[in-house]
Amino acid sequence: MRLLLGTVLAMLAGLAHAATVAISCGAVGRELELCREGAEAWAARSGHTVRLVSTPSSGTERLALYQQLLAARAPDIDVLQIDVVWPGILAPHLADLSAAARAVADEHLASLVRNNTVDGRLVALPWFVDLGLLYYRRDLLERHAARVPRTWPELTETAARIQRAERDAGNARLWGFVFQGRAYEGLTCNALEWLASHGAGALIDAQGRLDLRPAPAAAAMALAASWVGTISPRGVLNYAEEEARGLFQSGHAVFMRNWPYAWALLQDAASPVRGRVGIATLPAGPDGAPAAALGGQQLAVSRYSREPEAAASLALYLSGRAEQKRRAIAGGYHPTRPALYADPEVLAASPLFAVLGAALDDAVARPASVTGPAYNRVSFAFANAVHAALAGQSDAATSVRAFERQLRRIKRRADWAAPDRR
Amino acid sequence: MTRAVGPATLRARRARAAWWLLAPTLAALALAAGWPLARTLWLSLTDATLADPGDFAFVGLANYLEHDAGQWYGVLADPQWWRAVRNTLIFAVASVALETVLGVAIALALDVPFRGRALVRAAVLVPWAVPTVVSAKLWAWMLNDEFGVLNHAALALGLIAAPIAWTADPDLALVAVIVVDVWKSTPFVVLLVLAALQMLPGECYEAARVDGVHPVRVFFRVTLPLIWPALAVAIAFRALDALRVFDLVYVLTANSASTMSISVYARQQLIDFQDLGFGSAASTLVFLTIGLAAIVYLRLARLRPEEVR
Repeated sequence: MRLLLGTVLAMLAGLAHAATVAISCGAVGRELELCREGAEAWAARSGHTVRLVSTPSSGTERLALYQQLLAARAPDIDVLQIDVVWPGILAPHLADLSAAARAVADEHLASLVRNNTVDGRLVALPWFVDLGLLYYRRDLLERHAARVPRTWPELTETAARIQRAERDAGNARLWGFVFQGRAYEGLTCNALEWLASHGAGALIDAQGRLDLRPAPAAAAMALAASWVGTISPRGVLNYAEEEARGLFQSGHAVFMRNWPYAWALLQDAASPVRGRVGIATLPAGPDGAPAAALGGQQLAVSRYSREPEAAASLALYLSGRAEQKRRAIAGGYHPTRPALYADPEVLAASPLFAVLGAALDDAVARPASVTGPAYNRVSFAFANAVHAALAGQSDAATSVRAFERQLRRIKRRADWAAPDRR
Repeated sequence: MTRAVGPATLRARRARAAWWLLAPTLAALALAAGWPLARTLWLSLTDATLADPGDFAFVGLANYLEHDAGQWYGVLADPQWWRAVRNTLIFAVASVALETVLGVAIALALDVPFRGRALVRAAVLVPWAVPTVVSAKLWAWMLNDEFGVLNHAALALGLIAAPIAWTADPDLALVAVIVVDVWKSTPFVVLLVLAALQMLPGECYEAARVDGVHPVRVFFRVTLPLIWPALAVAIAFRALDALRVFDLVYVLTANSASTMSISVYARQQLIDFQDLGFGSAASTLVFLTIGLAAIVYLRLARLRPEEVR
């Protein structure tokens, strides 16, 4: 495979003139450095040159910048790093990479390729993934002879038991489970995991139809609502990722649902729970399979690029096997290629990769690509319906019905099921 | 032949000069306020989106209200909008009322000479000087359910049995936002009332003392009427500010439906949902709401606009 890619690159380099390709990549942690190294390696092999464009680190602001540039049909950025929920929003401005990536598309996680395909066009190549994971306190589970929960009811029971026992023993501020309960995108991810693992569907299917079975959905929401105030602090209703990590990292929670980024921070030298934390795939519903919300970043090529071939070649190289492996080992970025999770060198780099490899099969994508520009509306309506159920303002079944009604309102404004949106 | 320079021509000349002097300001106002306002109004009649603002169609008043297949749509039919209106009104009435009462009380206390008064006066202004985003973030940590100093103190004093999730609980979140606003904006009222108090004529008070009038009666019959013009201005400023509240709510509770103000609603439609047309309709309604409130208030306070500068 590497040979084939190399040949393709050599052919492209030989045919085309030396081009300058501008790429925007994130700048969180070592992101920029790794991106530069990768892009320069491509430049050295292909004979082209690359230019790194710095963009805002906040996702919302980066999206706004992209939209401004793309709406003006500006050729300033050829290759764009985009979030997993943006393909639907940006699709009209992105080049179709299906032909260029024909040979490699099925090497990536299928759910990501589906997510990045809008109206039959592959508008972005998967670069690295994020998945919802379960963090647990190994020491507390051992002390109370509990195993890592495999289902949500089991988690509820274990968390309650350890919380009670620990509180009786004087650890008065310990909580059983923390997650992201604020009414925002994070709650959409959490709740999607609850629903999908209960067999309640994934909100909207690939054809744009409502994919929500009310009875299991209400059961999943009712279970989550039962946590608030019992095994989860009421404050969880306003927790995002960092608030949940704060409580868990200071040693005040048994279980936490969070993204992979928390692992490195929990193992930091200054972390009070260093060496006492385990990770696992998220629990399943009573008779469903586990589900992990899919996040991550993709590489897209702008339609207004003056060097579309070179830009596609760079995107292919960066999302290629060798580069993803290098990034996994050097920076802990999680490959989008399932095969790499069997690679001994990758597995040796961090214990996270083994767990993530197992969670890949459970990945459930948010309905962003199919809903396109209306996704944020859908997500907000869903998060608020769930939030109302968690806060006890309405019961779970009422929340599900309210969301269905709201969805019909949204759908009327932006009919994503129709081939032409406008 | 002599030309009579009567008072009428003089007045006309002065009026003309005044217009010339005002012209730059009016031009700046038209550019900075009039043009964006007109554009927002125009956009609210279209289905423009942020993704491609150049490509839109005229949709009339559909963004405001529209009837289709037995259902009402548009901002005015969105339950979330009316919830935001309710939140904003509760916030504005409660915060301005508390700020007025507390502001006047603190100003009266600071008007009495005592040692270290200058220091206390300066200290009172600190909350007003801190940028809203900073103080909101500061309060977010103080109100935090697990690590917040407020819960810690209340627990230590035995006032509560378990930590309270101030910003998370839908019933408490709006109260928390109001409390933080009162903390932040009371100094503004104190400042204006204090300035008015220092201009009061001493004779009235001497006369009242000679007649043996009760201090409470003196306050309502002498002080309040005399400081009313200043207080009315302070209330007007605070009320208009409170009706368009954004930063405080957004930092403390983000887009939560339980505290969302009309400005947060408009921003969400415009930026998060990319819906330039719908969001502009919401923005226009925010503008109309505040404008209407200003007119009603000026009528009620019997304050002519010239006095509010």
